[in-house]
Amino acid sequence: MSRVTRFAARDPGPSARVAGFISHLRDNGLRLGVGETETALRALTHINAANPDETRRALKSVCASTADDVAQFDALFDSYWLNSGRVREKFSPSDRSGNAHSRNSRDANGENSTARGQIHAPDEDAGASYGDGTGTLIASRTASLMHHDMRKLVSPQDIAAAESIARRLAQSLAYRRSRRRRAARRGDQLHFRRLIRASLSTGGEPLTLPRKKRPDRQMRIVALCDVSGSMTIYARVFLAFLTGLIRADDATDAWLFHTRLVRISDALRDPDPLRALNRLSLLADGFGGGSKIGASLAQFARGPARHCVNSRSVVVILSDGYDTDPPEALTDALTRLRKRGGRIIWLNPLKGWKDYAPVTAAMAAALPHLDLFAAATTLNDLASLAPQLERLT
Amino acid sequence: MADWRDLQQGMAEHGYIAGDDLVMALHIALSLGRPLLLEGAAGVGKTEVARVLAALKGARLIRLQCYEGLDAAQAIYEWNYPRQLLAIRAAAEGGETGAGVEARIFSDEYLLERPLLQAIRQAESPVLLIDEIDRADEEFEAYLLEILSEFQITIPEMGTIKATAHPMVILTANGTRDLSDALRRRCIYAHVDYPDRAAELAILQSRCPQIDQYLTRQIVSFVQAIRREDLEKTPGIAETLDFAAALAGLGINDLTHDPVILQAALATLLKTQTDRANITTEVAQRLAGQAA
Repeated sequence: MSRVTRFAARDPGPSARVAGFISHLRDNGLRLGVGETETALRALTHINAANPDETRRALKSVCASTADDVAQFDALFDSYWLNSGRVREKFSPSDRSGNAHSRNSRDANGENSTARGQIHAPDEDAGASYGDGTGTLIASRTASLMHHDMRKLVSPQDIAAAESIARRLAQSLAYRRSRRRRAARRGDQLHFRRLIRASLSTGGEPLTLPRKKRPDRQMRIVALCDVSGSMTIYARVFLAFLTGLIRADDATDAWLFHTRLVRISDALRDPDPLRALNRLSLLADGFGGGSKIGASLAQFARGPARHCVNSRSVVVILSDGYDTDPPEALTDALTRLRKRGGRIIWLNPLKGWKDYAPVTAAMAAALPHLDLFAAATTLNDLASLAPQLERLT
Repeated sequence: MADWRDLQQGMAEHGYIAGDDLVMALHIALSLGRPLLLEGAAGVGKTEVARVLAALKGARLIRLQCYEGLDAAQAIYEWNYPRQLLAIRAAAEGGETGAGVEARIFSDEYLLERPLLQAIRQAESPVLLIDEIDRADEEFEAYLLEILSEFQITIPEMGTIKATAHPMVILTANGTRDLSDALRRRCIYAHVDYPDRAAELAILQSRCPQIDQYLTRQIVSFVQAIRREDLEKTPGIAETLDFAAALAGLGINDLTHDPVILQAALATLLKTQTDRANITTEVAQRLAGQAA
C-alpha cells in the first residue's frame, strides 16, 4: 500500500518528478505557479528527501496554502508518490450500493474526476452520501453519467441570462450608503482632520487636500441551494442562478447541500463558465440523494456562518422544504442565523404551484423565521423578486 | 540534514511543543528565507511560535499588530513632522540656507521607524511577527508584498533601504477574511490545529510542571471533551493553561471533588454567556467524571 512508486527507467530525474507532482496538484485544483516548483525543489535540498514522511511535510508546507489544501494534500501525495494511486487495488464489491458498476482507472490523474467513490448512497444511511471507497481512484459509471448530465443541465446562454438577473437582484439588495464618511481619494467633502495633520508637514500650509466620502455598504448575499432528490428538476434553474449570483459580485458566497454542506463559490468563480460547472459537478456528488435541510443548515449556522453572515448579509435558501430531519434542527439553525443579524429569504419552487400550502413540518417550522418566503420555479420568477428584495433592506 | 528535529527539540526546550507539520514548515521557511504563514483558530499558539523562535535564535522580536485601517505611516515609517517644523523655524531664525536645512530634516534623525522598517534595518536577523494580518486592509497586504519578497523599503527622500540581515518573518491569520493569493504564494504555509490529547498533555506538563500527573491528565481529557461540545468559542491551548493555573491556584487535586469550584474555574475556559449556559454544573460533572 505505502510502497514508494517506481517510476519508469526513462524518467528524467527528481526535478522532473517534482514538476510532475506540482502539475498533478494543479490538476487537482491547488493554485500553484512555476515559482512553487522551484521552491519545492529548494525545500527538498534542506531535508532528508529519502524519507517519505519528511518529504510529505516539506512539500505540504510549500504547496498547500489554505486549510482546504492541507486537508486534501495527503491523499494527493499518496496517489502520486506512493503506489496506492497507481496500482489497481483489490476490492470486493459490496452488494449494497451499486459497486458492481465501479471500475478502476489506472490513470494517476483519475483522482481529479472521481475522487469520491460511490455517489448514490441509500437514503436511510445517516450522514454523508459518499462512500469511502477502497482506494482513491475507483470511479463508478453512475457517477460519470451524472457529471455528464450536470453539464447538459446548464447552457452558457442560461448562465448569461441568470447573470444579468442575479446582477439586478444584487443591486436591489445593495444598501444605499453608510451615514459616516471615510477618507477616500475622490470624495465630496474635505477631510479636515487629515488636512490639518498633513499641513503640519508643510509648515501649516494646506498643500494636500484629503477628501472623504460615504462608502457604499454592499449587502452580501449568501446562497444555500438544496440539491437533494426532490429538487433535481429545479436544479437547472437554480444552478444557473447561483452561477450568475456568484459571477455578478465578488462578495457573494454559495453553498450546496443535500446530506452535507459543500462550498461552491470558488468553483463557480472559475473564469470559464463551463469549466466552473464541471468543477461544480465534482463538488456536488451525492446530488439527487436524500435531504437533511436541518442538519445542513445547522452545520452552516455553527461553522461558516460565523465568518460570512453578519447584519449586512442576506441568506438565500433555495429549497422545497422536504426534510428528513426533525423540524427542531431547522428551527434551531434558523434562530442561530437570525441572531447573527442577517435577513433570511427562502425561495421555494413549490410555492409557485396552485393551492400550495407550506404544510411540511420543516417548512411550517421555518416560516416564522423568514423575512421573505417566495416562489422560484423559473428564472423569470427570480427576476420578479427584485422589488420585494428592495423593500427588505 | 535532520536538523528540523533539532529545531523541534529546541522549541520544546523553550516550552513550545510543536507538531511535525508546523516544525517542518518553520524549518523550510527558515532555510529558504521565506515568510511563514500560520493559520488556525484563536488560542492555538500561533503568536507564541514567533516568541519561541526569537528566544531560540537569540534574536530580537519585532511585532506588528495589524488592525483595520493600519496604514504605511503606522507600519513602515513616518517623518517626525513636529520636529522637522521646529527645526525649520529654528533654522530660519539662525539664518541657515534652505538646502542645508532640507538635508538635515530628511535625515535619520527625523525619521520615525515603525516595525517594518525597524526589522529591515537590524544588524542581526530579527524575528518579525506580523500578527493577525487578516485584520489589516487589502491595500496593506499589497504594501507587504514588496517588503516580503525584496526585503527593501523605498523612502522617496532617502532612497531605497535594503535589509542588511533578512528578518525571519512570521505572519498569523485566523480567517477574519480571505487572504490574497499573491500573499499566500509568497509564504510557506502551516495550519495550526487544536492539539490532540498527547500533544496537549506534553504542553501542559512542560508549562505547568507543578501540577501533579493525575490532575494534568484529567484536565487534558476534560478540555478535549469540552471541545467536542457545541460551543460558540472553542477553548484553545491558552485557555487550557489558564484553566490549569486556576485549578492549581484553587488548590484542587481532583476535578470531580467540588462541582462549585469546577464551575468557577470554567470561567477561564468558556468565554461567552451562551457557552456558560450550555455547560451546566451537571454537564461539567459528567465531563469531569468521564475524564477521570
